Amino acid sequence: MTSVLAAGGASAVAPVWAQLIDLFVAICFVLALKGLSGPKTARNGNLLGAFGAVVAVVTLFFAYPGMKNLPLIIGAIIVGVVIAFPIARKVKMTSMPQLVALFNGVGGGAAALVSIVEYLQAGESESKGILAATVFTVIVGSVSFTGSILTFLKLQEAITTRPIVIPGGQYITSLVAIGTIVAGVALVINPATWLLVVLIVLSALLGLLLVLPVGGADVPIIISLLNAFTGLSVAASGYVLGNVLLIVAGTLVGASGTLLTREMAKAMGRPLTNTMFGAFTATAVSASAGGGEDRPVKSAGPEDVAIMLGYASKVIIVPGYGLAVAQAQHQIRELVDLLNEKGIEVDYAIHPVAGRMPGHMNVLLAEANVPYEQLKEMDEINPEFSSTDVVMVVGANDVVNPAAKSDPTAPIYGMPILDVADAAQVVFLKRSMRPGFAGIENELLFDPKTTLLFGDAKDSLTKVVSAVKAM
Amino acid sequence: MDSGVALLTIFILSIFVGFEVVSKVSTVLHTPLMSGANAIHGIVLVGAILVTGNSDNTLTIVLGLIAIVLATVNLVGGFVVTDRMLEMFKVKKPAKPAADEGAKK
Repeated sequence: MTSVLAAGGASAVAPVWAQLIDLFVAICFVLALKGLSGPKTARNGNLLGAFGAVVAVVTLFFAYPGMKNLPLIIGAIIVGVVIAFPIARKVKMTSMPQLVALFNGVGGGAAALVSIVEYLQAGESESKGILAATVFTVIVGSVSFTGSILTFLKLQEAITTRPIVIPGGQYITSLVAIGTIVAGVALVINPATWLLVVLIVLSALLGLLLVLPVGGADVPIIISLLNAFTGLSVAASGYVLGNVLLIVAGTLVGASGTLLTREMAKAMGRPLTNTMFGAFTATAVSASAGGGEDRPVKSAGPEDVAIMLGYASKVIIVPGYGLAVAQAQHQIRELVDLLNEKGIEVDYAIHPVAGRMPGHMNVLLAEANVPYEQLKEMDEINPEFSSTDVVMVVGANDVVNPAAKSDPTAPIYGMPILDVADAAQVVFLKRSMRPGFAGIENELLFDPKTTLLFGDAKDSLTKVVSAVKAM
Repeated sequence: MDSGVALLTIFILSIFVGFEVVSKVSTVLHTPLMSGANAIHGIVLVGAILVTGNSDNTLTIVLGLIAIVLATVNLVGGFVVTDRMLEMFKVKKPAKPAADEGAKK
C-alpha cells in the first residue's frame, strides 16, 4: 500500500495543507448530511455540502501544480456545469425523482471511468488490493450507471412503468451476475485489458437486468439503493487513488443511503428482496384484474361534489401524483381555505410515498403554501377516517388501494395504505379509469360509497371551488 | 500505521458516521436527503480531475474528460436540485397574505 501512495501519478500524495483542507471538506460533508436530516437545518446543510465540494475542487488545482491537460479539464468542468445547472434549475417539481436518478447514474459512471482510466495508466503493475478495488468500482459504478438510466427512462415514462419480465429472467440475471464476478476475479488474478472490457459489458448488462423487473411504487426505493451503490463505488475509487476525501464522502453516502433505503422500504412495507425480485410474480395479477373495466361506477358532477363537501363537518384530502402532474396544488389549497371558512375541519393525509418518492408530496404542497400543521402523516390520520364524512382522493390510487391489505397476490400487498374506505363517503378525482403507477385495479372505485369525478385535477377542482363559492 | 490499514480505518469509521447522521430523519425529508447524498458523491469529480491530470495518451484523456463532465453534472445538478426542493421548506410569512385578504374584505 505504501508503495502505491508513494508511486506518484494520480495517487501522488498531496501536500499536508491540502490534506488538511480535505479533512475540512470531509467535515462539511458530515455536517451537510446531518443538516439534511432536520427540516430547519436542511437548506443550510445542503449549501455547506456544496461549499465543501467547491473548496475541494479548487484546492486540487493548487495542490497539484504540475497537472497535465489543464485547459481540457477546465473546459470539461464548464461543459458539465452548463449542462447540469439549467436542467436542475428548470425541472418541474413533479419530474425531480427521475432527475435525481439521472444525476446518480452519471456519478456512478464517472466513478467507474475513474478506476478504468487509473487501471489503463498504471494497471497491471498495481497491487492485488488496488485491483480488487478497481474491479469493485467498475462493477458497482456500471450497475449504478445503467440501472439509474433505465430508472430515469421508466419515471420519464419513455418506457413502460410496469415491471418488465423476461421469461427466465431470474436465470439470465444470475448467469450474468456469476459471469461478472468470474470476470472480476480473473482480472484481479491476471490483469488484462480485454478482461476489463468484458467486465464493463457484463456489469452494465447486470444493471439493466436488475432494474427491468422493478415496477411502479418500488422505483423510488431502487433509486435510493443505486444512490448508495454509487457512494460505495466512489469510496472504492478513492481507495484506488489513495484519496481520503473520496473514501470518506463515498462511504458516508453508501452508509446513509443504505439506511435510507431500508427506511423507505419499511415505510412501504416492502422488504428489499421483494422490491428487487417481487416483480417476477406480478404478471398473473395484472391479468386477472384487467377484466374490471366494464363494471359500473358512480360518477358525479362538480356541483354534487361541492354539496357533499359543503355539508360535511369533517373532510380529509388525499393528494397524489395526479394532483402534482395537473399542478393543482394551488386549487386544492383554495378549496380547503373555502371549506375552513365554512367551519369545516379539513386535513391532508400524506402517505409516505405519495407522489413518486417519499416526501415528494410535502415538497409540492409546501410550494402552494399549505401550512405544515394541516399535513398529517399516515399513522396519525388513519384512526380518523372512521369519523370522517368525506374523503377526497385527488390523483392518488395505489396508496388507498385496499388490495394492499386484502389481496395477498397483489404486487403492493403489505404496503401500508391510507384507510379511506373507513370514511362515510369517498370522492375520487381521476382523469380516467386507468389504474395507478403500480398498474393494479382499485376495488374501492367500484364501492357503493365511492363517487368519481372525472377530468383533469386542476379543471375539476376549479369547478368544485366555484360551486362551493356559489353555495 | 500502515497506510492500507489507515484507509481501512477511515472507511469503517465513515460507515458508522454515515449511519449515525441519518438515523433519525422524518419521511418528509427522505427525498431531499437522498438528493443531497446523491450530490455529495459527485465529489468523485476530484478523482476524475486527478486521473485526467495524469494522462498522456488520447484514450485515457478522452475517458477522463468524460468522467469529469459526468461527475460535474452529478455534483452541480445534485446540489442545485436539492436546494430547489428545500426552497419549499423555508419559513413562511403567513401574516402578509392574511392582511391582504383582510384589506380586500
